[in-house]
Amino acid sequence: MDITFKNVAFTYQAGTPFESQALHDIDLTIADHSFTAIIGHTGSGKSTLVQHLNALLKPTSGTVTIGDRVITPTTNNKNLKPIRKKVGMVFQFPENQLFEETVVKDIAFGPMNFGVAAEDATKTAQRMLDLVGLPQELSDRSPFDLSGGQMRRVAIAGVLAMEPEVLILDEPTAGLDPVGRRDIMGMVERLHREQQLTVILITHHMEDVANYADHVIVMEHGTVVKVGAPRAVFQDVNWLQERQLGVPETAEFATALQKRGFKFSQIPLTEAELADALLDQLPGEAVHQQHDE
Amino acid sequence: MTKIIEVEHLNFRYPLTEGRPALNDVNLTIEQGEWVAIIGHNGSGKSTLAKSLDGLLPLSADSGTIRVAGMKLTEDSVWDIRRQIGMVFQNPDNQFVGATVEDDVAFGLENIGLPRDEMLTRVKNALARVRMTDFADKEPARLSGGQKQRVAIAGIIALQPQIIILDESTSMLDPNGRIEVLNTVQELKEQENLTVLSITHDIDEAANANRIVVLDDGEIKESGTPAEIFQYGERLIELGLDVPYAERLKAALRKRGAAVPTEYLTEEGLVDWLWTSHLKM
Repeated sequence: MDITFKNVAFTYQAGTPFESQALHDIDLTIADHSFTAIIGHTGSGKSTLVQHLNALLKPTSGTVTIGDRVITPTTNNKNLKPIRKKVGMVFQFPENQLFEETVVKDIAFGPMNFGVAAEDATKTAQRMLDLVGLPQELSDRSPFDLSGGQMRRVAIAGVLAMEPEVLILDEPTAGLDPVGRRDIMGMVERLHREQQLTVILITHHMEDVANYADHVIVMEHGTVVKVGAPRAVFQDVNWLQERQLGVPETAEFATALQKRGFKFSQIPLTEAELADALLDQLPGEAVHQQHDE
Repeated sequence: MTKIIEVEHLNFRYPLTEGRPALNDVNLTIEQGEWVAIIGHNGSGKSTLAKSLDGLLPLSADSGTIRVAGMKLTEDSVWDIRRQIGMVFQNPDNQFVGATVEDDVAFGLENIGLPRDEMLTRVKNALARVRMTDFADKEPARLSGGQKQRVAIAGIIALQPQIIILDESTSMLDPNGRIEVLNTVQELKEQENLTVLSITHDIDEAANANRIVVLDDGEIKESGTPAEIFQYGERLIELGLDVPYAERLKAALRKRGAAVPTEYLTEEGLVDWLWTSHLKM
């Protein structure tokens, strides 16, 4: 299911003295099965943009096409439910939205809201526990007794329980420690690969963009200023740093080396790539053949 | 040097819990003006330690002793001790109590019954120190996370404590907000000779410290300069910290047979080493 924006603009509180334009001149396509990262400063329009992806907001002008549905400024608010089911949204700090007595009830709440019978919804919920890597033993525990990372998985499972085709995650690793961050990103990567989900990730972590995404959208002042594969977008290290957007640490380090005279055919994005590129540029005595392990 | 925090044989167990205690025979001395980062995985006892220092947990006879600014922590001294310690917590939205920025900074001062004139001066100064003067009459909803944390810091320095504890205060902020807050704390520390205790998972925040203390299962496992602790490489992940970039690259080079130095190098240090090796070609 492709999502396409054509000449989209959005203004909050349009027609009032408080109106403020949040998005303008947006044209983009998010392809089916892609892993898209959206980057940009706080206030650049990222969150407003993603709320158009499941018609939580309708454009003030232009059109958003989600699969075969076209959303225009005049689209009726009725009958948007099927879109919300196909496009699941995980907000920032989603564990704040947990409310049920047990883990399973919380996960089953979404499907039941869409009319699924309790018994079937419970079965789905149990399946979702596996999907997010939580043990079945947690089923009947209160979600509030879990660790922060586990609570976040339960909240994500609640969105997955609607069996969406597109999963939007707004900074899913914010506030987690390094182990929690690595686990959640590993889980997202697995969902993308095994469940064929289209993933849209809002993030400030350029390492995650380099490691997981195949498509990057850069937002600034309410519009898209760059689009492309991570490798292409991150080649322009100066352009990103001028905008204080940050680049993967490897790209930054490689740029520092370039200034000292090292040569790279293209800017490496991971430490493995950089290490490979460096070996040819170090003298023989600094590089032994592979150690005996 | 003056010892500002002295913890001896501190033990703590949360009520109704079995198994190991949250803190087990913790001994720690912190000098005035020092910046100490406390790291450890989730559940290692970091926040429990911070809360005990501020007298936020009930201590019993066999808990050990805590001295802050020369005062032994008891039921009688706890209020005086809290005047010496300001805490900034994780969630910027949970600690904003005023309707506007200046009201929020004034809250603590009203609590201690400071005369109005002095209060106005202190609020003004504190906001200037964290560069939030332009926002004095703004509502919290108008602020970014980093700005809210800076207001929380203003509220603390208005009370003129000697110690500031950052309990994962930057973990919910975006990269710019994180830098804003850390720079503000660094500046204040230098100007006021503040003692800073930061509980963190952030490698940059830990790198700012004079000393890093590693807590694991309620016990202090290691203590050393950032350079000493950062040598642990991959092990840092288990301790709740990221691996510094230079260590990650060194590991990748070592795997490919390069004879990289074993001691800790900053990123600049590693650039220099690579450059010097490259010249020998």
